[in-house]
Parts: sequence; structure tokens; C-alpha cells
Amino acid sequence: MSKVIVITSGKGGVGKTTSTANLGTALSLEGKRTIVIDADIGLRNLDVVMGLENRIVYDLVDIVEERCKYKQAMVKDKRFENLYLIPAAQTRDKDSVSPKQMKKLCDTLREEFDFILIDCPAGIENGFKNAIAGADEAIVVTTPEVSAVRDADRIIGLLEASEIHNPKLIINRLKIDMVQRGDMMNIDDILDILAIDLIGVVPDDENIVISTNRGEPAVTNQKSLAGQAYRNIAKRIQGEEIPFIDLNLNEGFVSKLKKLIGLK
Amino acid sequence: MLDIFKIFSNDRNSSKNVAKERLKLVLIHDKGNYSPSVLEALKEDILLAIEKYMEVDEDNIEVKMIKTKSQDNLEMVPALVANIPIKKMK
Repeated sequence: MSKVIVITSGKGGVGKTTSTANLGTALSLEGKRTIVIDADIGLRNLDVVMGLENRIVYDLVDIVEERCKYKQAMVKDKRFENLYLIPAAQTRDKDSVSPKQMKKLCDTLREEFDFILIDCPAGIENGFKNAIAGADEAIVVTTPEVSAVRDADRIIGLLEASEIHNPKLIINRLKIDMVQRGDMMNIDDILDILAIDLIGVVPDDENIVISTNRGEPAVTNQKSLAGQAYRNIAKRIQGEEIPFIDLNLNEGFVSKLKKLIGLK
Repeated sequence: MLDIFKIFSNDRNSSKNVAKERLKLVLIHDKGNYSPSVLEALKEDILLAIEKYMEVDEDNIEVKMIKTKSQDNLEMVPALVANIPIKKMK
């Protein structure tokens, strides 16, 4: 059974594109046929984060305007078997595509792919409406900051209103030292406010910047804690249960970190 | 410097607790304008309570969320307002 999952947040810059790139890569490494779609028309970034920017011939708008078949627009990632990208158009805008067209494309892709991940643009206007149109499920990304959580709350309301129920949460860029000092909200604080199921916590990790610099998703870097977190989330997406434990002030820093990302 | 109070950071002044409280309030304000299904359910419950004491004009009941100035007139807060025409006391 194929799944179409939209990765959204409301707030910009919290890690939707990074999450889409890494989860897509991780799922493909697990043998799932995966395609990631950049729905941020006019501000495309998924291609560059994945290191595929030189491979673009056609894009999402070309497909819906029927200048090409979807297979022609699909970029096959040569490094990862099973992974494909449909890039956004860079010279058009969010009104170049309609929710109906997105849904039709997603339905077509279901026949070929196990997972279809849609990188949603920031905001709540047409870009958002297009991105969610074909989706079965949603992952909401937030950081532990006031504005991000507020926007995530709004997005959750909009998702429910659009009949996308039970969205899952990724808390991104958690800084454990700040949490210990009481200067950053912890997992429970955020879950208290947003009240949706948690699917993963990704610690703040310099390797993400480095991986984007190189165009090599962090999930391929064994030394990246964020990469490991994304690999765990990919497993949870497939239904595996990997336990979470909240930060406990009495634990040592390193063992806390390990538990946080599901390592034993 | 080893700040004992910061280690046990359920200290109300810790910035994350301030953030949490602010967020809770802000989200109540933000939601003030929608959720019609909640208001509908609330209306039913209010009706049940009132009907013990008086007969009311069910078709003309109005229950809504508004923003009003708080006691100290410093800020706008959400308030629930119900308009219930009474037919007769029981």
C-alpha cells in the first residue's frame, strides 16, 4: 500500500526540506521505492539539498502543464537505488499548480512508489493547499521555539480541517544543553501544547549544514546524530517501534542523548 | 558559576517556562475565532443546564467567542458570550 506523506510546518526554516531529503534517502536505503516532490514552486530547494541540482531537465509545472510525462521529470538519484525526485519550477509561482493536479499526480505515482514524500512550502496559502491535496498523512516539523510551535499549532488545525487526521510531529534542532539549563522547551513541553503523536526528535547538528554544503543527506553519515535520528524516523514511518525516552535531569549527558535518538 | 536553582529547572522563571506559558495563552487567543463544533457542543451542554431552571427559546440561542478587555484593561482576552432568550421561569 503506497503512502503519500506531506511534510509541513507553517513556519519557514524549521527543517521541512532537510527532513524530506533525509527521510526520502533513508526510506530508499531500506529498500522502499521512494519519490520526493518539491512543492515549493518558485523557491526550489529540495534539489540542492539532495545534491541533484545539475540533473534537472523538467519540473513539477512541466508535468501539470503537460509539456512532459512525469517519468521525464523524475530525477533518479544515482547514489541511492529506489530514490527519485520531482523538482519544483524555479521561475513560476504557487498558483501554477492546482490541488486537483497535485492529487492526480500523486495518484499516478502511487502505482510505482511505496512512499511519496511532499516537501510543503512555508505558509498557509495556495502552496500549502497544493502540497496537502494528494496526501494521506502529514508530518509536522517544528523547532522548540515559540514562533515555530505557534505556527505548527495552526497548521495542525488546518490539516484536521482538510481531513488529514493524526499528523505526526518531528521536533527538530533540539539543543540538549539548552534544555538542561531550562532555556529551551523540552519534548514534553511541546507535546503538551501541540498534543499530537511524536514520530521523532532530531538534535541540532552541525553535520546538517555540512551535508547540505556537499549535497549529501546526513543519513549517510554514520557520525551524524541528526542522520541517525532521521534513520530512526524512517523506520517508524514503516511501522517499526523504536522507543522514545524523555530527557531526565538525573541522567548523564551522553546516555540521555543516546536515549533521545533511540540508541541503546 | 554553579547555579543550584538552574539545575532543577522547574524554576518558574526559566525562560522555557516563560515561553510555555506565553504559548499557551497565545494559542487560546489564536483559537478564539473558530472551532464551531466545540461551540456547538458547548451550546448543547449549556442548554441542558439552563433548562433545569427556566424555559428558553432554543431556536434563538447564540453562543460565541469574542475578545474583550481584561479586568485591568491592559489586554484583550478571549471571552465566551451566550445570548439566551427566556420564555419563562420554572
